[in-house]
Amino acid sequence: MRKVAIYGKGGIGKSTTTQNTVAGLTELGRKVMVVGCDPKADSTRLLLGGLAQKSVLDTLREEGEDVELEDIRKPGFGDTWCVESGGPEPGVGCAGRGIITSINMLENLGAYEESEALDYAFYDVLGDVVCGGFAMPIRDGKAEEIYIVCSGEMMAMYAANNICKGIMKYAQSGSVRLGGLICNSRNVDNEREMIEELAKKLGTQMIYFVPRDNDVQRAEINRKTVIEWDGEVPQANEYRGLAKAIDENEMFVIPTPLEIEELEQLLLDFGLMAA
Amino acid sequence: MLLRHTPKEITERDALVINPAKTCQPIGAMYAALGIHGCLPHSHGSQGCCAYHRSTLTRHYKEPISAATSSFTEGASVFGGQANLIQAINNIFSVYEPEVIAVHTTCLSETIGDDLKQITIKATKDGKIPEGKHVIGASTPSYVGSHVTGFSNMVKSMAMQAEKTGTKNGKVNVIPGWVEPSDMEEIKRLAALVGVDITLFPDTSGVLNGPLSGEYHMFPEGGTTMTELKSTGDAVGTLALGEWCSADAARWLDSTHKVPCKVLDMPFGLSATDRFIDALRIAAGVTVPDEVAHERGQLVDMMSDMHQYFYNKKVALVGDPDQLIAMTEFLVSIDMCPVHIVTGTPGKKFEKRIRELTADMPFEVNVKAAGDMFLLHQWIKNDPVDLIIGNTYCKYIARDEDIPFVRWGFPILDRVGHQYFPTVGYKGGLRLLEKILMALLDRKDRDDPEETFELVL
Repeated sequence: MRKVAIYGKGGIGKSTTTQNTVAGLTELGRKVMVVGCDPKADSTRLLLGGLAQKSVLDTLREEGEDVELEDIRKPGFGDTWCVESGGPEPGVGCAGRGIITSINMLENLGAYEESEALDYAFYDVLGDVVCGGFAMPIRDGKAEEIYIVCSGEMMAMYAANNICKGIMKYAQSGSVRLGGLICNSRNVDNEREMIEELAKKLGTQMIYFVPRDNDVQRAEINRKTVIEWDGEVPQANEYRGLAKAIDENEMFVIPTPLEIEELEQLLLDFGLMAA
Repeated sequence: MLLRHTPKEITERDALVINPAKTCQPIGAMYAALGIHGCLPHSHGSQGCCAYHRSTLTRHYKEPISAATSSFTEGASVFGGQANLIQAINNIFSVYEPEVIAVHTTCLSETIGDDLKQITIKATKDGKIPEGKHVIGASTPSYVGSHVTGFSNMVKSMAMQAEKTGTKNGKVNVIPGWVEPSDMEEIKRLAALVGVDITLFPDTSGVLNGPLSGEYHMFPEGGTTMTELKSTGDAVGTLALGEWCSADAARWLDSTHKVPCKVLDMPFGLSATDRFIDALRIAAGVTVPDEVAHERGQLVDMMSDMHQYFYNKKVALVGDPDQLIAMTEFLVSIDMCPVHIVTGTPGKKFEKRIRELTADMPFEVNVKAAGDMFLLHQWIKNDPVDLIIGNTYCKYIARDEDIPFVRWGFPILDRVGHQYFPTVGYKGGLRLLEKILMALLDRKDRDDPEETFELVL
């Protein structure tokens, strides 16, 4: 089983990209489990056709410690398994601990056992690696490959660089590696070239360039992945392409994060080129 | 009447625990770690945690308990405890020179997400762990489970030191669970009598029940060695005593190294000891030796000689699940009636098992996992008992309600004996009966009117 974690700046499109890619992977015949690690619990909405999921932590709160796997895992589009870790209300408690609790619980309940015959487990993680809890999916023995969703905007690149620092820390002692950057285009000037350059400097690759297309939003309104909503549109093929790229990826590295000046310079170089 | 505010009327409570029947996970982890030879337990958190856990163990065993701490400050809680732990490992190996450091986490280090495995690998890479020395670790957040969970987690990390060479070592792993050093000694004696070569882990005998010799040894001679732990992967089988304390470690060895395991109840009382001896006998492929049969006969003798004093006596029990299950079975077998049973450790299986064991009793049984002593006291007020068996904290209830009380379990802070006299096995069964009779008959002698005050009982 390949264990994949998707990180990236908040609002960059991690959940959307993850679910659409997973839909592509299921077309390739892969058995996938998606674990949403976001207190908002919206990482599986498109696969489930709505926010129908009761989160692991809600279940824990309401039913105590005797939780069954079937209570927290729901079947989604393409024969996927969907799990939402969930978490506290904004402003209270500890969301990081919530992620630790839910991943431990999934392990104890045997969600990753060989008998489940999973090809992939995807962790969709909230925003930046902000504390130890949000790094849970990349601890040793958990996710082994990381993809960072970013765009050509400064803050997204800055977040990607920061996430690389977290990966580097865990990669030194464990098996976690960076698989590449996924550019979720914001139609920034020279975006493709800039992210390719950033990837190169980080020691990795831009594994796929996902163009901006409003069909993604249309599918989202219908609570569906693009492939389920209309498999014929060009954007569906983009996600199939990304799924295939991940499925065939063999480039796994320990990233080399940039100094902030270097990052600023990158932006300046490509920004100026456009001007 | 220190507990005079306890009302008889029981109201539903879901957010409040009063007089808990459990304590922190790290206490269990620390106790288990002391059963490794040459081991210094290390608490990865703030100093207060470590101080409390050490002092509770010291009060119970009347022995100095050495343990180190990562001494978290505000800074460590914000930036993570990696730097503190690596420095601690460095200091400990250079100053105290243990063979093993057994690190357990605390609520704080768990919540901020410190990853012991990652930190240990970093310490190894940085050359902070000298050749031939070891650092093992267990995750022990106290907001999950109880001290029993912490014990089990550390025992599992001990099992995870196993290395499989492919050649069987001809030994049987015995995981005794959270029992006293004297009990561990007794388990080893019984295994030797039956003729089974065992690896007992953890083994606190010789560590926490040592003699006063005038010399201080930070690391006494007892304890399971690292070599023995590594060899557990080559054992012919594992006997795990206690589902809560020992089963996780045994099942891990079974699934990872294909060492077949059998989970038994802790050998308190006649039937549970019978099952343990039977399992040992099967492992050794022998018949039960006469000496063991002789001890068994003595226990059966006392059970029948004094049966009139046990018959239909109601008992309230509080303690840890594995101990309570075995004790309940034992009490029922001598026609005593455990009517109120509480453990602070969660687990619905516990309630189910107790209900099965007490199904034929003539009284209604109250049982609760994740319960507290306040509830036990209320039950006693509503349905009085003849005897309380539990840890030292029961003395408040025993005094208020004027009920005979036998101290058994953890912690015992105000009496001695548990360090030296076992309660497991047939001999241990005799001691339990002696203690129960002592309490019941002292009470009888105190209360009997002059005309029925008997010389011979």
